[in-house]
Amino acid sequence: MSDTKKKWFSLNLNNTKKRTSSSCGCGKTEGGCGSHNTQNPIKKPKDGYQQVFDVKMDRRSAFKQLTASLAIGAGAVSTSCSMIAGEETKEKAQIDWEEQFKGNYKLMTDQEKNDTVNRLVRSYQLRTGKSINMSSKNAEEDVLFGYAFNISKCQGYMDCVTACVEENNQDRNSQMQYIRIHEMKDGQGFNFNEADDNYYHEVPAEGHFYMGTQCFHCDNPPCVEVCPVQATWREEDGLVVIDYDWCVGCRYCMAACPYDGRRFNWSTPEVPEEEVNKNQHYLGNRMRKKGVMEKCTFCVQRSRSGQNPACVEACPTGARIFGNLLDPDSTIRWVLENKKVFRLKEDLGTEPKFWYFMD
Amino acid sequence: MKTMKVFKSLIVDSLNTITHGTKKYHLWMAFLTFGMLVGMYCYSIQLEEGLSATGMTDSVSWGLYISNFTFLVGVAAAAVMLVMPTYVLKDIDFKQAVLIGEGLAVAALIMCLAFVIADMGGPSVLWHMLPGIGVFNFPNSMLTWDVIALNGYLIINITIPLYILFRHYQNKEAKPRVYLPGALISVFWAIGIHLVTAFLYQGLQAKPFWNNALLGPRFLASAFAAGPALIILVLAIIRSHTTFKIPDKTIKKIALVVTVAAQINLIMLISELFKEFYAPTHHSESAYYLFFGLHGKDALMPWIWTAIPLNILATILLTFHKLRNNLKVLYFACFILFIAIWIEKGFGLIIPGFIPGSYGKIAEYTPTGIEIGVTLGIWAMGAFIFTILARTAINIETGVLRYKR
Repeated sequence: MSDTKKKWFSLNLNNTKKRTSSSCGCGKTEGGCGSHNTQNPIKKPKDGYQQVFDVKMDRRSAFKQLTASLAIGAGAVSTSCSMIAGEETKEKAQIDWEEQFKGNYKLMTDQEKNDTVNRLVRSYQLRTGKSINMSSKNAEEDVLFGYAFNISKCQGYMDCVTACVEENNQDRNSQMQYIRIHEMKDGQGFNFNEADDNYYHEVPAEGHFYMGTQCFHCDNPPCVEVCPVQATWREEDGLVVIDYDWCVGCRYCMAACPYDGRRFNWSTPEVPEEEVNKNQHYLGNRMRKKGVMEKCTFCVQRSRSGQNPACVEACPTGARIFGNLLDPDSTIRWVLENKKVFRLKEDLGTEPKFWYFMD
Repeated sequence: MKTMKVFKSLIVDSLNTITHGTKKYHLWMAFLTFGMLVGMYCYSIQLEEGLSATGMTDSVSWGLYISNFTFLVGVAAAAVMLVMPTYVLKDIDFKQAVLIGEGLAVAALIMCLAFVIADMGGPSVLWHMLPGIGVFNFPNSMLTWDVIALNGYLIINITIPLYILFRHYQNKEAKPRVYLPGALISVFWAIGIHLVTAFLYQGLQAKPFWNNALLGPRFLASAFAAGPALIILVLAIIRSHTTFKIPDKTIKKIALVVTVAAQINLIMLISELFKEFYAPTHHSESAYYLFFGLHGKDALMPWIWTAIPLNILATILLTFHKLRNNLKVLYFACFILFIAIWIEKGFGLIIPGFIPGSYGKIAEYTPTGIEIGVTLGIWAMGAFIFTILARTAINIETGVLRYKR
């Protein structure tokens, strides 16, 4: 969302973002004439994004007061022990109430984020008797995630798809998958119309090549613009995320996405208890409910703790590369600087952070 | 305080009016109530199971609900075609029709809101959209513009007729300086609601079928054809079933509005078809799917090939004065035009937008019984609301309903 600095190199096709105009007589924005500040101070971008943030904070705290009487004792929720059934029911009801009327995660303070995560963890414990680990870790400074896909290497094994489903607790009934692997015929170029993304034969098939798609975490995401309630947004580290509890399920974002990156829970998602990945993040793989959107988050629960997303780790061919675009020594930067990379539907001005390349 | 007393009396009187009537009237209302109950039952199933009870999928994520919503916004906007001549241009001939037109707008808007809510995955958290308590993504999201536009238009269309009827109820003249500003705003607002609804689709670069500068103007043209066409049909029914006098002149004037709008609509349709089929690009695939089918998938073909001939036939019938001035022909033309535009601007517009998908996948959409049940229920609700409004308005206008001191 920061307009003032371009954080990584881009092909710059149809970039709709405005650049700050130079106020200097030399006509340049950086250096050269001597009257510029050579040291570009890295200041936190104070843009419309954060102005909204500040305004909404007041509203949020005012709202909190409304439910204050019910919020009493919320702090004790996670520490309480050995209680009778009546108390548990009461506690559950209270958690449900607070969860129903909480604010938008995007606008929460760290304390509020922590509170809701604690409530969700406790709620899961009360419901299933199992404990989960949920994080509300924010984006780190100087991190911007990017992804590269090596078309020459992918053999269509779909291990990434399986790993993704297991990692992200996707609904098993509807077989929801964030990743699609398109099997294309050699000699026809990238012809998606003729490609098959639902194959059940031995791979790699003779005369075919494979190309994976998923959410591209656009830098100018159309899905974010259209959401009527700001339930989806771009985080500082470039991840496009959804607050599942704030989403109203209008599916406008789904219509706005040119990359088929979004999925909707048409019915209540189900994951067998023993298959639930208990290492969760609020914005990532925590359990969803029916009637809300979800999508790939580059496995925010993994990527923000220094791991690769599950698809990258699962890929047996090394076709998938993930890393920090702001780190000059990262593999992703090496790929972008040394390979002939391209992105899909660049003419739409969405600026995906997902590049394709060939050996 | 006196106003409150009169208002209370108005409510009591109108309740009395709408609960008493001929056998035919009671049968009609019972039929609509049954329709609404069926709709509510179907909706309760949808709430229980989630939207998987509908035919929508990740590929075609908007269906019958949003199609009807889009069409009905046009019907609501069409009231302006009666409001402007009556209140602003002082054309007496439209006067008898304008209250009916506004009643129709109110019913259509309530149906629009009902369709949007029926389409939501989480109706219980709709308060997230309320400005003040929730987060209202204004001005970025066109959906928030639409929420403002529709609700604003609804308020305007409730308050103006309410004021006029309230005055007439007390045997007083309505003061133009009170309602005229509202009427003026409503003229611009009506065009606004329809343009904003078109922008909802037009602004999506992901859907080339919608991302088309003609969409907004075409919405307006088709709305000003279908809406007044419906008003003509409703007036015809009111004329034959009540003592409310609507002169032929009024109907013929509205017919002229329908005719011009239908002609403009047809010209725009030709322009669109030319663009899609003269030099077809990758972006014409949706139009190909709609008109000819793609890879053997052609579910929409029977619909669109019903709509286009009906549209052309209606426009031809309306164009010739002799035919248009024959009321029987006019009613027939209005009826087929209404059906044609409902198809064209309903699922003829929404569903091809999703087909083929982002990566060329063709997954067709067929609404389920539940979905059709909810849709019919909402239409029944609209008809119910309109009947109540029209009945009260007619009784006040004909002098049956008057405040007794």
